[in-house]
Amino acid sequence: MNKFYMSSLLAIFALALIAWVGAPALPWLFGIVLPYLAVAVFVVGFVRRVMGWSRSAVPFAIPTTGGQQRSLPWIKQAKFDNPSSKTGVFVRMALEILTFRSLFRNTRMKMNEGNRLSYHLEIFLWLGALAFHYAFLVTLLRHMRFFLEPVPGAIQMLEAVDGFFRLEILYDSVQFGLPGVYMSGLVLLAAAAYLFLRRLFIANMRYISLPSDYFPLLLIMGIAFTGILMRYFTKVDIAAIKQLAMGLVTFQPSIPAAISPVFYIHLFFVSVLLAYFPFSKLMHLGGIFLSPTRNMLANTREVRHVNPWNYPVKVHTYEAYENEFREKMVEAGLPVDKMPESAPEEMTEEEKE
Amino acid sequence: MNDKKWIVLGLILFVGLFSFPFWFNVGKAAPAPEVVLTEQAKAAKECVMPTDFMKTEHMQLLDVWRLKVVRDGVSQFVNADGKEFDMSLSNTCLDCHSNKAEFCDRCHNYASVNPYCWDCHIDNPKGDK
Ligand code: HEC
Ligand code: HEC
Ligand code: HEC
Ligand code: HEM
Repeated sequence: MNKFYMSSLLAIFALALIAWVGAPALPWLFGIVLPYLAVAVFVVGFVRRVMGWSRSAVPFAIPTTGGQQRSLPWIKQAKFDNPSSKTGVFVRMALEILTFRSLFRNTRMKMNEGNRLSYHLEIFLWLGALAFHYAFLVTLLRHMRFFLEPVPGAIQMLEAVDGFFRLEILYDSVQFGLPGVYMSGLVLLAAAAYLFLRRLFIANMRYISLPSDYFPLLLIMGIAFTGILMRYFTKVDIAAIKQLAMGLVTFQPSIPAAISPVFYIHLFFVSVLLAYFPFSKLMHLGGIFLSPTRNMLANTREVRHVNPWNYPVKVHTYEAYENEFREKMVEAGLPVDKMPESAPEEMTEEEKE
Repeated sequence: MNDKKWIVLGLILFVGLFSFPFWFNVGKAAPAPEVVLTEQAKAAKECVMPTDFMKTEHMQLLDVWRLKVVRDGVSQFVNADGKEFDMSLSNTCLDCHSNKAEFCDRCHNYASVNPYCWDCHIDNPKGDK
């Protein structure tokens, strides 16, 4: 039993309960005030966090390398895994951000045949993460239909592609298929659930997991779950919801009557996610771009990296010191590098300035 | 360092993208669409089912109708008030709501839904417009 995921789970239930009980009584709070506040916290928090990072030092060149560094012309360089040019870094960053290559390299250590150690490709984290992030992106883009009027053709095209399968289940007791089923929403819930269960059931993952790992996953699962509930099971009035959403983005907020509490739970979860975002590990959205291990040139043998924040230290060299005190040193019988005869009246460096 | 300008640029881009819905809609009111009822619908006063139900679940109702007609061969639908309807998309829904463009379509465009039913089903059975 791990109290970390239990506390996160309880927090999610508490949040759902707050919205469930609160929204019918105070729809303007959950439908207008909190979403606005959440967006403000998100934007200001995000910008502050990234600006904070932009001010921090990069004292060393610490690119991680995954292949041969540029050296002799007849040794093949791994251009993207050990990039020595800006193009190489750009490609490396793009591949990392769009395809999560570092997760693809995930391995698991195993003892087999008695005590032979071997490393196995462990691909499921990569698959799960890829499915999760792209499903999230598509769902988010599709949601733009609530916030844009007229709905742009690109969004409609995305909807058509996402609903391509026309999955339909139709019996007297279960009715599923109209409105059309969107794959991304289901994939999002499934992938988030997988990433959560992975932390629960793999012992060493559980060991390093904290509430700040469980909470965002559970929150996103809650968002996807309430969304799916609304679309396919307890139906909601989409026209009224779009009216509310359009009111928010045109700064003429209004609360149409009779929107199901499930929608307010969904919206409250999203508000919590937005407000929580800048203070959580979810900031890797911005952080990935600023990872020195990925975005620095791997040319450490060609170019000396000087920390640009180095404080210009005032030095007083021994030479200058001796110039200053040579006569006195000689008088006192101390050894000197240069005898005063050769440069009796020479000025010291500092005196010249 | 000299990276700072890129970071600021990236942030501006991010905030610009994030706030896209806000500036895309600048100066638009975009109220919910007014659906127009035909004379026939006005005379009938009520839809097949209560209005709240129709607003949220008309697609599921149609799906069930389709199942009943095509698979079970049942063609009459009796609602809670005991009224009877022929379970037909074009002949029942579009009988009262014969102004599809000002009724179904107006709302669907607003919500960005594009039912594929009209690939096969006739969308103006009365032949007007
Ligand atoms: C009050 C607005 C409104 C009106 C009026 C309306 N619809 Fe809809 N309809 C919707 C919404 C919203 C959806 C999609 C629901 C969703 O995305 O969850 C929908 C979905 C549908 C679907 C399923 C489409 C799909 O592929 O997902 C069908 C079929 C449909 N409507 C038929 C009709 C017909 C026929 C009429 C006119 C007689 C009509 N509707 C009038 C709002 C409306
Ligand atoms: C007997 C005539 C009649 C038939 C048949 C009929 N409707 Fe209606 N419908 C109405 C009336 C009248 C209203 C307005 C009810 C109100 O305003 O309370 C309405 C309202 C609606 C609404 C809600 C619109 C809104 O936002 O106010 C939808 C959606 C709808 N009908 C869809 C359908 C569909 C789909 C069918 C076929 C299954 C259908 N109707 C069949 C008369 C009819
Ligand atoms: C591929 C063509 C096709 C498409 C697309 C299609 N249908 Fe049908 N539909 C049929 C056929 C064929 C019948 C059978 C007609 C009959 O038996 O008289 C039918 C029957 C029905 C019926 C019962 C009979 C009637 O007169 O309406 C309903 C209700 C119905 N469809 C609803 C829908 C809805 C809602 C959609 C869109 C989500 C849809 N259909 C899309 C071909 C289609
Ligand atoms: C982090 C952001 C969000 C995520 C991840 C998310 C996720 C989802 C998912 C997975 C669904 C299921 C149906 C589908 O796949 O489209 C859904 C439905 C829905 N969401 Fe969201 N959502 C988010 C934000 C919002 C916001 C801000 C609103 C406010 C307008 C909203 C309103 C709705 C509504 C009304 C539905 C039902 C759609 C329908 O019936 O067609 N969501 N959401």
